Amino acid sequence: MIQLGKLFKDYGSGTSIGPVDLEIPPGGVTALVGPNGAGKSTLLTMMGRLLGPDAGTVVIGGHDVTTTHPRKLATVVSTLRQENHFTARLTVRQLVALGRFPYTRGRINREDERIISESIEFFDLGSLQNRYLDQLSGGQRQRAYVAMVLCQETDYLLLDEPLNNLDMRHSVHMMHHLRRVADELGRTVLIVLHDVNFASHYSDWICAVKEGKVVEFGTPEEIMTDETLTRVFETPVTCHDGPSGRLAVYY
Amino acid sequence: MPDTATHDAAVPPALHHDTAREGFAAFISPAHRRRYWIALVCLLLVGLAFCLGILAWDNPLPFGTRGFWRIAESRATSVVVIAIVAVSQAMATVAFQTAANNRIITPSIMGFESLYVLIQTSVVYFLGAVGVTAIQGLPQYAMQVGLMVLFALGLYGWLLSGKYGNVQIMLLIGIVLGGGLGSVSTFMQRLLAPSDFDVLSARLFGSVSNADASYFPLAVPLCALATVALYLHSRKLNILSLGKDVTTNLGLKHRRELMLTLFWVSVLMAVSTSLIGPMTFLGFLVAILAYQFSDTYDHRYVFPMAVLIGFAVLAGAYFLLKNVFYAEGAVSIIIELVGGTVFLVVILRRGRL
Ligand SMILES: Nc1ncnc2c1ncn2[C@@H]1O[C@H](COP(=O)(O)OP(=O)(O)O)[C@@H](O)[C@H]1O
Ligand SMILES: [Mg+2]
Repeated sequence: MIQLGKLFKDYGSGTSIGPVDLEIPPGGVTALVGPNGAGKSTLLTMMGRLLGPDAGTVVIGGHDVTTTHPRKLATVVSTLRQENHFTARLTVRQLVALGRFPYTRGRINREDERIISESIEFFDLGSLQNRYLDQLSGGQRQRAYVAMVLCQETDYLLLDEPLNNLDMRHSVHMMHHLRRVADELGRTVLIVLHDVNFASHYSDWICAVKEGKVVEFGTPEEIMTDETLTRVFETPVTCHDGPSGRLAVYY
Repeated sequence: MPDTATHDAAVPPALHHDTAREGFAAFISPAHRRRYWIALVCLLLVGLAFCLGILAWDNPLPFGTRGFWRIAESRATSVVVIAIVAVSQAMATVAFQTAANNRIITPSIMGFESLYVLIQTSVVYFLGAVGVTAIQGLPQYAMQVGLMVLFALGLYGWLLSGKYGNVQIMLLIGIVLGGGLGSVSTFMQRLLAPSDFDVLSARLFGSVSNADASYFPLAVPLCALATVALYLHSRKLNILSLGKDVTTNLGLKHRRELMLTLFWVSVLMAVSTSLIGPMTFLGFLVAILAYQFSDTYDHRYVFPMAVLIGFAVLAGAYFLLKNVFYAEGAVSIIIELVGGTVFLVVILRRGRL
């Protein structure tokens, strides 16, 4: 379970996020949706202790993120930011292998190798594993980042728009995999999604954020209504029953 | 995971074994690894050759006689100085660039050299030319090193601890402060008598002959200690080079690692600068060549490469200038000249940093 207590961030000059009180149930996939600038990334990075809040608490799986030992926490929660840029020149495999650092402190053993290979194969990166990151397309790079976070084998995965740059096939593939990570391994996945239809189909819970506040939290059936989506996204949305869950149409 | 299992089964065991081995390698292929070791051994040989050259070349007495060894011994001081400076500048620059996540800056622009210049200038300004002799000696050297480390720690600590403290702001303020200290020194130099200025400018010129063997009891252990500490820190530096977010995500305390790295960097910079004076371009050149030659992100391999390059470059420049051009004082000029050219060639050929 992820518990946010009065979580608040003040960016100054009138922009502030929160205070947010929220409980995200353990297991399953929770999607964070909302318009640009709503505060999704801010909330996610505060949960993943990459950004210090100005007030409030984050407790993940019983661990308070500000007081738990960082090394322990790194085996409980892993976070992928929306933007990633590295000065060091790494290959895909070297990057993914870094995900094992909390366990190995940089000394990779055979079991780690197996986990690394699995993550790489899973994201279709086998043939690219010895390529440098700067020799990949945006989508391929994005998959490598997610593979790295997965390789960290944490109970909680926080992903900020991991479908960025991905084509249809890889988007579906990634959501499919995250679904299985949740269902088969019992992990908790919190994911920022751009496309509400992906949220509707693949998540157990949808959390709608707007102007720095959580305005809705519920199952896809509860959230995927004309009224709610129109209000959250401030654009006319109609919802229809599709062949596999509700579909939002907004164009 | 059924998908992966079937995939694994489809891969021939030998092949699978190979891919598994590559993961813990710092190099992308055995060929890269081989190239690395060849380059390292070549540099070692070149370094040794220059070292021998400095000791034995143009020695007027026949090889093996007692007089020969006495002359070689006196020249050994230069070799030790070159070694200290090469190791310090190489380790410090690589570690600093990693901490700062930036491969075009060096610790010397962060105010170290300006502080050195300011200390030297103030002494001459307030005490006159005799002051220069007054700041030579082991205790004075220790004080100068201590002052520079304190300055650096104060600066880094202050800049990284605030709410908005981040590496970029630290760099910016460091550079501005360095510039400020530099201007103060320049102003004081304007007011000096020409003869005092002469004495001072000899000190401010990065030169192996500035060094004094009596500093070794402090310089050698400090340099060794910092080098070992940074080398043992390699695996963490590999993570640190990916920036604050990845570092935190992987369970390291970013600010702690950063301060620790910067502490050892400042020790090395202080040891080197106080020993021979400013060497702005050496670290820069060495680091860029080390990345180029080692072709890995892994500091366990980049560090030794950088150190050997530093030694070969510095010893080579010293040897050539001393024996071919009879101008051993101009080592820093030659390094900046050659270094700048090599740097440009590397950048233009690779099209990236
Ligand atoms: N570092 C920052 N400094 C100042 N304002 C910021 C910063 N990061 C984000 N903001 C502001 O905070 C708000 C929320 O941003 P963000 O969390 O990135 O939104 P989202 O991810 O939902 O698009 C936006 O208005 C944005 O302009
Ligand atoms: Mg965002």
